[in-house]
Amino acid sequence: MTDKHEAQHEPLSYRFLALVWAGLMALTALTLGAAKVDLGFLNVVAALGIASAKASLVIFFFMHLKYENRLIKGMVLTAFVILAIAIALTFVDVGYRY
Amino acid sequence: MDQTDHQSDDLTTRPFFGPKGSGGPGDKGLGPASWLFSTDHKRIGLLYLGLIGLMFIAALALGLILRLKLMTPGSTLLSPQEYNAMFTLHGVIMVFLVVIPSIPASFGNIFLPLHIGANDVSFPRLNNFSWWLYVTGMVLAITSIFTGSGAPDTGWTFYVPFSERTTTNVSLAVIAVFILGFSSILTGLNFITTVHRLRAPGMTWKKLPLFVWSLYATGWIQVLATPILGITALLIFAERVLHLGLFDAARGGDPLLYQHLFWIYSHPAVYIMILPAMGVISEIIPVFARKPIFGYNMIAFSSLAIAFAGSLVWAHHMFTSGMSDTAVLIFSFLTFVVAIPSAIKVFNWLSTLYQGSISLDPPLLYALGFIFMFSIGGLTGLVLGSAGTDIHVHDTYFVVAHFHYVIFGGTGLGMFAAMHFWFPKVFGRMYDHGRAAWAFWLVILGMNVLYFPMFIMGLQGMPRRYYDYLPQYGPMQMVSTWGSWLLAVGLGLMFWNLYRGSRYGPAATKNPWGGATLEWTLPTPLPHEAFEGDPSAPEPYDFKGVNPDG
Repeated sequence: MTDKHEAQHEPLSYRFLALVWAGLMALTALTLGAAKVDLGFLNVVAALGIASAKASLVIFFFMHLKYENRLIKGMVLTAFVILAIAIALTFVDVGYRY
Repeated sequence: MDQTDHQSDDLTTRPFFGPKGSGGPGDKGLGPASWLFSTDHKRIGLLYLGLIGLMFIAALALGLILRLKLMTPGSTLLSPQEYNAMFTLHGVIMVFLVVIPSIPASFGNIFLPLHIGANDVSFPRLNNFSWWLYVTGMVLAITSIFTGSGAPDTGWTFYVPFSERTTTNVSLAVIAVFILGFSSILTGLNFITTVHRLRAPGMTWKKLPLFVWSLYATGWIQVLATPILGITALLIFAERVLHLGLFDAARGGDPLLYQHLFWIYSHPAVYIMILPAMGVISEIIPVFARKPIFGYNMIAFSSLAIAFAGSLVWAHHMFTSGMSDTAVLIFSFLTFVVAIPSAIKVFNWLSTLYQGSISLDPPLLYALGFIFMFSIGGLTGLVLGSAGTDIHVHDTYFVVAHFHYVIFGGTGLGMFAAMHFWFPKVFGRMYDHGRAAWAFWLVILGMNVLYFPMFIMGLQGMPRRYYDYLPQYGPMQMVSTWGSWLLAVGLGLMFWNLYRGSRYGPAATKNPWGGATLEWTLPTPLPHEAFEGDPSAPEPYDFKGVNPDG
């Protein structure tokens, strides 16, 4: 299984990984910047959106999900769907409070 | 070659708790290290069983002291602070150190691989590591009692804002919970992988014993929900040390966020507790009714349905917390949905018993006790899941009674049923059946005398966790305490009977109950290596031609 998995793709180059890292740093700066501007409710949306983009970079490239087979991708997707349900149900409370 | 064959013969016949070789000097099969660092799923299961038993007795003792204190009103036996610390410890130890690991970590470890025709779990070393994580969490939890400025006094739920502000040793306790969570995750991960990867050829999903199905569903909850407990415990720690204000309304935080996070794990956690017990009951009932299980597919499916739907009902713990009415409506509805798969199981067990050739041996007695207690606990859960009635009984003794009926009457009796069912296979000896039956009746009577008055007191408005109470509750509190003594005597008799059986009981036969699952085809007691080659997969509930020995 490991051999097959490794045969599927070349190791990522340092240059590419450094670019991803730079992207993460840039998004961190963007998070800080966005927090300084008052966007009302959109502040939360912006912060969570940027955080999701960062998490995606880490999962797809640093954790190699982009190069995995469908089963593994499906498993990860399932976990995120469940997380999304949990967050949605929590917002049923937060979004409708007096 | 001859020597290898001879060795493998030894390993498939010598008891797993004995030496691997001749037992002479230098044989590494018996020393403490051969247990503490064992990667054998059976030894790890027994290690868990030993510590879980020890912790159970400790937390039981705390519970008995609490009941003794509550026998009469007024300031007796314990100070208010001691009382708070004691119910917190009773809860923390029982929930995190006893009930969550109980059946999966002990009997799951021992029998899940054997049920699917495997010689071990997928990651044996990880299995040993998860036991060590359990030990680490246990040591830290116990240390938190005696160090810092006093034992935690928050209740096992660590609710904010009190858990952020109390000066007692909450920080260490939540770190212990964090570590115990990892132990649970690793066990779940190991079980899921084992079920997917190590089934013997021909062991299709529809031939899996229902105990395996229940552990598989439990594994998914452990893997998906426990990380949320981990992060929640860490957030409490961060709040106490770094004062972030995440849960502090004055600083833009939200105290209800804590309750959401806590219950997103802790409600599914009650299914981590109850599902494996349901699996045990599904194994026992057909064996002692000599009938194939009724509705195999639906019982297997309902385990997954409980695992999924049970993950979506957490906020029914928060109906009176001030969360939105929309959320109350939705979570109340979802709570009723989760009752359906639970009821499917109960009706299928009863249908299995119908017109069966029933032998009332001790494992079946405990299994019937489970159904009785779980049904009361489950139905009173619907009283709590209905938003209207919950307003009346929230945070009263009614909740305490419901929880103990489900968890002690359900998981506890399920665990005892498993102990009596698999005892001969694990220890190679048999306990006294008459004494086991006596112990059962004392336990079931004790539980009901102890907890049923709590339903009545709860309906009358007696709040939980109160140090003192009005005189009108006096008689019921008194009866409840008498029940705790009955229960203690019953449990003492049960443990003594099992201990005596393990030391002096008559040798058990290979298949004393006439089970059709794979473990009953193995020697008694279980050998070091269960299977030479791949076993053929039997129909787990087809008893044609399978009879109890003797």
